[in-house]
Amino acid sequence: MKRRRFDLAAVPGKAAREVDDRLQVNTPLRSLLNKVFPDHWSFLLGEIALFSFIVLLLTGVYLTLFFEPSLREVTYDGSFAPLRNTHMSAAYESSLNISFDIRGGLVMRQMHHWAALLFMASIIVHMMRIFFTGAFRKPRELNWMIGYLLFWVGFLAGFTGYSLPDDGLSGTGLRIASAIMLSIPVVGTWVTTAIFAGEFPGHIIISRFFIAHVLLIPGLLVALITVHLGLVFKQKHTQWPGPGRTNSNVVGERMFPRYALKQGGFFMIVFGVIALLGGLVQINPIWLFGPYEAGVVSAASQPDWYVMFLDGSTRLMPPWEINIPIGSGYVIPPLFWPTVVLPGILTMVPLFYPFIEARLNRDRELHNLLQRPRDVPGRTALGAMAVSFWLVLTLSGANDVIADKFFISLNAMTWAGRIGLIVVPPLAYYFTYRICLGLQQHDREVLAHGVETGIIRRLPDGRFVEVHQPLGQTDEHGHGELEYVGWVVPKKMNRLGALGPAIKGFFYPIEKPVEAPVSPGHPPVEPRAEREEIGSGGSR
Amino acid sequence: MTSDTPGGDRSGGLLSRLRRARSTPRGKTRRRLGAAVRLLAALILAGGAYTVFAPGLQAQDTPKLTTAAQEGKSLFDTSCVSCHGRNAQGVEGRGPSLIGVGAASVEFQVGTGRMPLARQEAQAEAKPPVFSDDQTTQLSQYVQELGGGPQVPPGENLHSGGSIDEGGRLFRINCSSCHSFGGGGGALSSGKYAPDIKSASDRQIYAAMLTGPQNMPVFGDNQLRPEQKADIIAYVQQTLAEDRDPGGLNLGRLGPATEGIAIFLVGMVALIFAALWIAGKS
Repeated sequence: MKRRRFDLAAVPGKAAREVDDRLQVNTPLRSLLNKVFPDHWSFLLGEIALFSFIVLLLTGVYLTLFFEPSLREVTYDGSFAPLRNTHMSAAYESSLNISFDIRGGLVMRQMHHWAALLFMASIIVHMMRIFFTGAFRKPRELNWMIGYLLFWVGFLAGFTGYSLPDDGLSGTGLRIASAIMLSIPVVGTWVTTAIFAGEFPGHIIISRFFIAHVLLIPGLLVALITVHLGLVFKQKHTQWPGPGRTNSNVVGERMFPRYALKQGGFFMIVFGVIALLGGLVQINPIWLFGPYEAGVVSAASQPDWYVMFLDGSTRLMPPWEINIPIGSGYVIPPLFWPTVVLPGILTMVPLFYPFIEARLNRDRELHNLLQRPRDVPGRTALGAMAVSFWLVLTLSGANDVIADKFFISLNAMTWAGRIGLIVVPPLAYYFTYRICLGLQQHDREVLAHGVETGIIRRLPDGRFVEVHQPLGQTDEHGHGELEYVGWVVPKKMNRLGALGPAIKGFFYPIEKPVEAPVSPGHPPVEPRAEREEIGSGGSR
Repeated sequence: MTSDTPGGDRSGGLLSRLRRARSTPRGKTRRRLGAAVRLLAALILAGGAYTVFAPGLQAQDTPKLTTAAQEGKSLFDTSCVSCHGRNAQGVEGRGPSLIGVGAASVEFQVGTGRMPLARQEAQAEAKPPVFSDDQTTQLSQYVQELGGGPQVPPGENLHSGGSIDEGGRLFRINCSSCHSFGGGGGALSSGKYAPDIKSASDRQIYAAMLTGPQNMPVFGDNQLRPEQKADIIAYVQQTLAEDRDPGGLNLGRLGPATEGIAIFLVGMVALIFAALWIAGKS
């Protein structure tokens, strides 16, 4: 029998043709794989969130296999001796079992928690990038809103997850949540009763939170993330201005193979960082908190960092109680303002910010090019104001820990927070605005006069001037006429001729700079190449 | 009523004579002389009573002090008297009376270096102790013999036989609200604080519970029985103080505050560097 010749090189092509014959994916796949993505490090921040969400799903599935979402009372008999014979809920017992008795359970739990913190952190940082570069402008307002909702849905996911183990800390958090719900005028009591099925804590809240945490909220997250990414695909990614980059094109790398490889690698790195944190750094040691009991509360009880700003606003709120003399009297507790009204404002205003800004600027254009933060000082300063506001609140959320560890009076911390909340944001606005203007001015100055060379020339009349290297053609006064195009202006001599350092390794430069002569007594052996004389502005 | 009839001969004595004297007018000189005589008599009476009783107190007290207490008294009179006063009776606005605080209190305050106080502030801070263990014992002995009070049972190991699960339960109910779940301490109002208890010895924890130093409430033997105290000490020493954190680095066991800092300073920073690196590879 004659053997047929086997051509290995033809196998992929043949296989692909067979697949295409049946599924007809050739044309759509070609355009998909050839889709171009612009490349900049700041475009990878959202990916951190996406990848940590994947880690959350993977580790979460593992935890679900062993977690028992029930408030049934049991007596612990596991391997953690200090809690043996303690009465606790089945939820807490199974969380302890995950931590101590199930293979890989603790590292999975810790990875899950670290991934949750990273998910929220990268959402915030990504959102800051979007905000400060103006990527949310038309046509991408909808994606900004979806992204912002993703933060709040992630917030809910985090809070429900934080409550599930039913340890002392999460029970304290749940108690505060029930108090917040109770503080809502008119409907508060009904809302609380509906959620807890009666009085706090009831017998069903963990089961309800479990379903929300493992099914409803992740489902919502997946749906929103899908739309979010779909819109990025559809509307194309924004890009920085630069040579060849216009408002109507995208300059970058094809999705396949380079971009996909880079993303795959970045996923591995994110996974690795989370795994390292999960394996090396302890998070949420529920076995020290003990089971939740209403009478037990620990010092330094804080929510996770993304909820801490609400804790801070509660701590800073003065005890202003509003009594309304209707009927037998009605009270709006002070808790209502920092935990219901404030988040309400914080949800609504940023959600519609793209439209607010467009309305204020009377801006109806499509924007596919990003703006450098310094070029829009008003927005940048507003962002800095928001960040500082949030930072004061978050620090106040941990003010007891700060007071204790830095030997400051807790009362002083509270007052510093109250005053800081009013004083710091305007200051942040002012200074950011001024810094932006300064940076703008420096860019314009370099475009007009050239790069500072560090060479000081003494003139015949005794004056000293610094020699500048013009970036382009100059007029008779030595002034350049280059226009600012919204991208980095070279400020150092060795960065001339390119928009960034041309050949540079990660740890050390690949291309070594020419060595300078050691001293006037030791001139370079070889005559140096002829160079143009360096002009010095108007001094010649 | 009988009392309504003043000046009756029945009553006789000083009172009736005084009343009679007041009812009859006298000369100015005689009145002054009488007042002077009465004042003198009162002074002699008061002075006499003092001389009768005061040496009696000293004479009764001095032989009661043991040798150790005598040593303690001399230490007290050089180092403590300025705030706690002679015989530890306290000085208004400077230091409280130590009558009845017991040896346990002295052992804790002096043994942890909180006393002598560096300055008057919200709360005495633990410092390297000024007095040696022997001197602390002598001071304790002196204060104990002065006014009695609670004492720490003898021995260095006070948690033998304590059960850590019961101790953990009691710790979470009674201690963690100030000292925090991990025993690392926490802030109280106006610069006061609950200190880190992980480095404390058995005797120090016991003495603290017994006497309630600084801003700590007293957990007397009727609130926490001695065996319950042993349980708590067992939990602190065997679960909290031994840094056996199964999850890895414990970040100071400060809860979500340091975890939040860690995710930004370690997680985000590492990944942003990774992003810079990957985006730079073009």
